[in-house]
Amino acid sequence: MIRDYDMKDYKRNAFRQSKHRGEIASRVRVPGGRIDAESLMRVVEIAEKYGDGTVNLTNRQGFEIPHIRIEDRDKVNEELQLIIENTGVNQGEPGEGYPASGTRNVVACPGQDLCPFGCYDTKELAQKIDKMIFPNNHHVKIACTGCSNDCAHVRLNDFGIIGQTEPQYDPNRCIGCEQCVKYCSKRSVGALSVVNGKIVRDTNKCIGCGVCVNYCPTRAWTRSKEHYFRLELMGRTGKKNPRLGEDFLKWADEESICKIIKNTYDYLDAYLDMAAVESKEHIGYIIDRTGVEEYLKYAMKDVELGPKCEMAGRIYWGGKRYDQTNELRKSMFRFSDREE
Amino acid sequence: MGYTLTRSEFDQVLEGLSEKYRLYAPVLKKGQGRFTDTDVVIYDFVYSSSEIEFEKKSDYSFKEILTPLSQTLFFFTENVIKEADIDDSEAVVFLRSCDMHALKRLDQIYLHNGSHVDSFYKKIRDKLHFVLIGCTSSFQDCFCVSMGTNRTEDGYLFSVNYVDGHYDVDLKDASLEELFADSGAAAGDVTAAYVTENEVEVHVPEEIPNSVIGSDLWKEYDKRCVACGRCNLVCPTCSCFTMQDAYYTDNGKVGERRRVGASCMIDGYSTVAGGGEYRKKHGERMRFKTLHKISDFRKRYGYDMCVGCGRCDDVCPEYISFSNIINKVDAAVKEGES
Ligand code: SF4
Ligand code: SF4
Ligand code: SF4
Ligand code: SF4
Ligand code: SF4
Repeated sequence: MIRDYDMKDYKRNAFRQSKHRGEIASRVRVPGGRIDAESLMRVVEIAEKYGDGTVNLTNRQGFEIPHIRIEDRDKVNEELQLIIENTGVNQGEPGEGYPASGTRNVVACPGQDLCPFGCYDTKELAQKIDKMIFPNNHHVKIACTGCSNDCAHVRLNDFGIIGQTEPQYDPNRCIGCEQCVKYCSKRSVGALSVVNGKIVRDTNKCIGCGVCVNYCPTRAWTRSKEHYFRLELMGRTGKKNPRLGEDFLKWADEESICKIIKNTYDYLDAYLDMAAVESKEHIGYIIDRTGVEEYLKYAMKDVELGPKCEMAGRIYWGGKRYDQTNELRKSMFRFSDREE
Repeated sequence: MGYTLTRSEFDQVLEGLSEKYRLYAPVLKKGQGRFTDTDVVIYDFVYSSSEIEFEKKSDYSFKEILTPLSQTLFFFTENVIKEADIDDSEAVVFLRSCDMHALKRLDQIYLHNGSHVDSFYKKIRDKLHFVLIGCTSSFQDCFCVSMGTNRTEDGYLFSVNYVDGHYDVDLKDASLEELFADSGAAAGDVTAAYVTENEVEVHVPEEIPNSVIGSDLWKEYDKRCVACGRCNLVCPTCSCFTMQDAYYTDNGKVGERRRVGASCMIDGYSTVAGGGEYRKKHGERMRFKTLHKISDFRKRYGYDMCVGCGRCDDVCPEYISFSNIINKVDAAVKEGES
């Protein structure tokens, strides 16, 4: 049999090229990392029928079914149809599998659905965002986490969405037990203090984690009606300059965040370096090239931030610059004998 | 005198009542629960039946009107003291049978506990009237039947059973007859609904010997209980308070004295001058609370403090069950006897 396959087409179809010749792996997209049992069974069936009976759990809450023969792609795509429909992932032609793979699965922590600290429904927002941006070949990573604990490690994504609540204080229900003060300081940032038996919140320091609300025994602290969000921008892993995402907005609303993400795709259309390997260039590196102001021209188009929202004046990213030096022994500061 | 009222008829009665009384009732507070987008039932002032939560047990009790979580008692400056104004207009409180029984306990502590009467409590108490909410079924964690608080036959203006969208009223106070008649309510045969069994049953020992203090059963709570005090703050019979003197920051000679709710489970309750603390271990605190509720109070007044509302079980973040503790004490006492 002649083996002549357009691997680029396979990749766009969400199949990974394997190092084993003749094999591919099917990447199952699970927005928000929540899958129904029927779809999960189908993953198992595909693995048993077309793979070697194993399934990899991916870092981004999807599945990867390895050791599938290249020739079986169409059959696997047919089987994937049920999963695609159940997970509500946008598709081109039914039966033809996933229409893209560039824009990565949107990750979510357990959030409000399960976690006492979740400030919003992370799974629901992840699914909503996925519907809004997928399919697309641009390499974009988005993650939603329910609170500032950041269990979903959103700071390693291009867009890290962190839930916030603005604690509301009713002094008439406060008995001055100081549990909020204690837990804000032990489990969070220490934004509360006692003045004359009542509690004062340092509104600048408060990160909106809701820990005080959780521990208050009287409902003197309650959550704001509005769900707020902190938006982290352009975190990444990788070879050249891995770095954590930086704060861009706090106390933002959901609609603005969605718009900013959507607008980013226009920026990518305009600035992506088509000469990049596999025309795959990470947004963060494009912003390094064009400057953040140019990026924001696109990203903030038609975005109307709410009255509470604060935006970072300047954004500087740190991280290790392996393209400049990889030196460990001759660091700037010498502390120990290990150094020459 | 019994009546069956539609919603609009009942609202007309409430409107009539509102002319004379403030109405204080359990209210479902949307989004004000502990977790995101969860609700909580807390007492508040209402005007119409749609605001009143008839179908859930209230998470916090009616006691907040009598013993506010935070109450300014008086203001002071150099030589002058002025008592704080309070809204002492007449009020009608809607509550269930267990809470009517809790009221008796609160009165006991604040009005009939030795020679001293708490005037701040009395001022409010004198202006309160009650409406009994009938219980058509038992809620999760209730053990009122075991505590003998499932039924209340007097001490209220009327009782109301909320059944299938209508309000069945048993009127006790004859002065309200006109109000009900005017609403167009149909006369009917109504008695206050009450439950005759709960899923949870406890047995309180007749006599609890002091040896129970040394029992191992309390040790488990040293670790399990996190001393959050939620069990005390939702309890309709917990009546402990502490004082706060606040000196206004821009004039240190002027200030106010408040009394605020206190909890025997929370750090600091048994702390004395010099920093000593009598009940450091959470198990010791649990012992103190339990014996107060089912033994010490009875020794003094002849009946148990706990009314079996089960709110402490509902709220405990560590799933510690007070009814189970009562039964453990019972078992320990029996074991000691044999
Ligand atoms: S990030 Fe917050 S909401 Fe999400 S799982 Fe962690 S603690 Fe819970
Ligand atoms: S929301 Fe978090 S940071 Fe803000 S006061 Fe409460 S516990 Fe502290
Ligand atoms: S935890 Fe609640 S009751 Fe205790 S001091 Fe804080 S606000 Fe007041
Ligand atoms: S101890 Fe628990 S069950 Fe008993 S009255 Fe208090 S809250 Fe209700
Ligand atoms: S609510 Fe539970 S954990 Fe909190 S003090 Fe009471 S028994 Fe302890």
